[in-house]
Amino acid sequence: MNEEENFPLIKTQNLSKTYDNEGVKTRALRSASFSIEKGEFVTIMGPSGSGKSTLMHILGLLDRSSAGKYFFENQDVSTFDDDVLAGIRNEKIGFVFQAFNLLPRTSIYENVELPLLYDQNPDNNNSKKVMAALHWVGMEYRKDYFSNQLSGGEKQKVAIARALVNSPNIIFADEPTGNLDSVSGLQIMKILQKLNNEGHTIILVTHETFTAEHAKRILQMKDGQIVSDEPIKNRRIAHDGELLK
Amino acid sequence: MAAKLRSSLTILGVIIGVAAVVIIMAIGKSAQALILDQISGIGSNLIAILPGASDEKGPPAAALGISVTTLKYSDLQALRNKKYVPESSNAAGYVLGTAAATYNSTSINTSFEGTTASYMDVENTQIAKGRFFTKGEETDLSRVTVLGFNEAKDLFQNTSPLNKIIKIKNQNFTVIGILAKRGSTGFGITNQDDTIFVPLKTAQKLILGIDHLGFIRLKVKDASLIPQAEANIKATLRERHHITDPANDDFSVRDIASALETITQVTDVLRYFLLTIGAISLLVGGVGIMSIMLLAVKQRIREIGLRKAVGARNSDMQAQFLIESIFVSFLGGIIGIIIGVAVSFLIAVVAQSLQYTWPFLISWQSIVVASLVSITIGAIFGVYPAHIAAKISPMEALRYE
Repeated sequence: MNEEENFPLIKTQNLSKTYDNEGVKTRALRSASFSIEKGEFVTIMGPSGSGKSTLMHILGLLDRSSAGKYFFENQDVSTFDDDVLAGIRNEKIGFVFQAFNLLPRTSIYENVELPLLYDQNPDNNNSKKVMAALHWVGMEYRKDYFSNQLSGGEKQKVAIARALVNSPNIIFADEPTGNLDSVSGLQIMKILQKLNNEGHTIILVTHETFTAEHAKRILQMKDGQIVSDEPIKNRRIAHDGELLK
Repeated sequence: MAAKLRSSLTILGVIIGVAAVVIIMAIGKSAQALILDQISGIGSNLIAILPGASDEKGPPAAALGISVTTLKYSDLQALRNKKYVPESSNAAGYVLGTAAATYNSTSINTSFEGTTASYMDVENTQIAKGRFFTKGEETDLSRVTVLGFNEAKDLFQNTSPLNKIIKIKNQNFTVIGILAKRGSTGFGITNQDDTIFVPLKTAQKLILGIDHLGFIRLKVKDASLIPQAEANIKATLRERHHITDPANDDFSVRDIASALETITQVTDVLRYFLLTIGAISLLVGGVGIMSIMLLAVKQRIREIGLRKAVGARNSDMQAQFLIESIFVSFLGGIIGIIIGVAVSFLIAVVAQSLQYTWPFLISWQSIVVASLVSITIGAIFGVYPAHIAAKISPMEALRYE
């Protein structure tokens, strides 16, 4: 029996991050406060150095904030130790990176399977899950290929399959089209929109306005602060044949 | 590609170290066998009785220039008597010297031995032509001589020496026999092939002008009887020489079996010393592993970041790198052992083709030690890099250029 979740998936209060590099302090994130509900498609946008990547890493539990609070599924993450965070990343979060980050000298199948190998509650269904994820992105026929044999767009599709394989609640995409040509980039945005239509929460980080406009809500960042938080007015829908400028 | 090269270099240090350990120990073992074989070839059931007290492990008194004249022919007869030394099967007495030996115009300076008829049996040697002395000739001052194989050739070339007269120290001796070629025995003072033999008393009285013995060699039926035989020999001689306190012994009793044991102990110490050196070289190989594993961690930082991002815990990363380190190290150990055994085998083949008694022996201890050490090295020197891998923050790792 699932309880109705009436709390936001993500909630931050005055989230801050300061780096100390040999005595030089950099305030990468200043006092960010916002919420994200389940099923949203949010873009965090800003120029280089705006703090968007820092924010994404903290939200994705890849890093800890210096100050402020972060509630993931209504729980204060500062109480979680490294192993617990790893478990949450494994089961509830999926990442898609600009540089794909596929394991070299490893087959597509094994790449997508990777999160399942670290699952602390495995259920012997790995093969089914992997093939389902590959099918979802249309790459199941390449399962025995190696990453160096794929094009950029294909690699990113595999990365998305990997992000999906353990049925996460939320997907973080950090400049997912940054290393892709226009056509492939379009395909990836189409996949992300399809994922969101099916209920996945998507958080997209980008510096490109055109890419950002495929989301439903936009958080603008500058110099470590959120300067605006608004729904997208003229949303772009990715179709086949349309080019990303 | 670079990763493959890196892994190969990593384990090269371990391979070389392990192979060195295996080869050193194998060579040590085979060399030990070679030495023991050479020495025991001349009779591990012989006991030597020398004049003058000396430490069993040290040189005899005579070698130190000390001349003791208390060992006599009568002692020899007593020791041959089963009443006094029941374990003895035979014994021979010896005096040694050098002299000029002449046949016609050929003159050589040669070693000679005055000995008893029992020489052939005690020394386990064969006669090639003619005969050896009789028991009577041993004491009746006969001027007969038996030539060692090389001496016969040197004096007579291709003529038959039998019944010819040669001069030894300007006295005429009749050649009655030639000994078969024996080769070097490695132990003992003289080489039979380069010696001429005359009867004991003849040598004592007519050539050397002495009446004591140089040494006695006693043969026992079986090497296991040596301890009792030695006890009886000592008791007999002490009684005959009127010695009440063993500290005043004027003789030494030595046997080849204990010499073999001493040599085995010494060469064992040498082998284990070399093993230690080999182990140290393995340690150096281990340091190489650690530095390369650290480099590997650095080069795979993004991979570490990615794994952590999809849910790998710190302990997962630590285990992964530690296991890699141990595996690489152990693999190097296996390869090193195979190479070590192969090279040892090659060495044995070459040595045997050069007519050395060089058995192909592998020290199993070296293989066990090498295996354990290679695993341990992988573990010890992998711990630090693995620890580093575990502690990397996923975000920093993913950002790494």
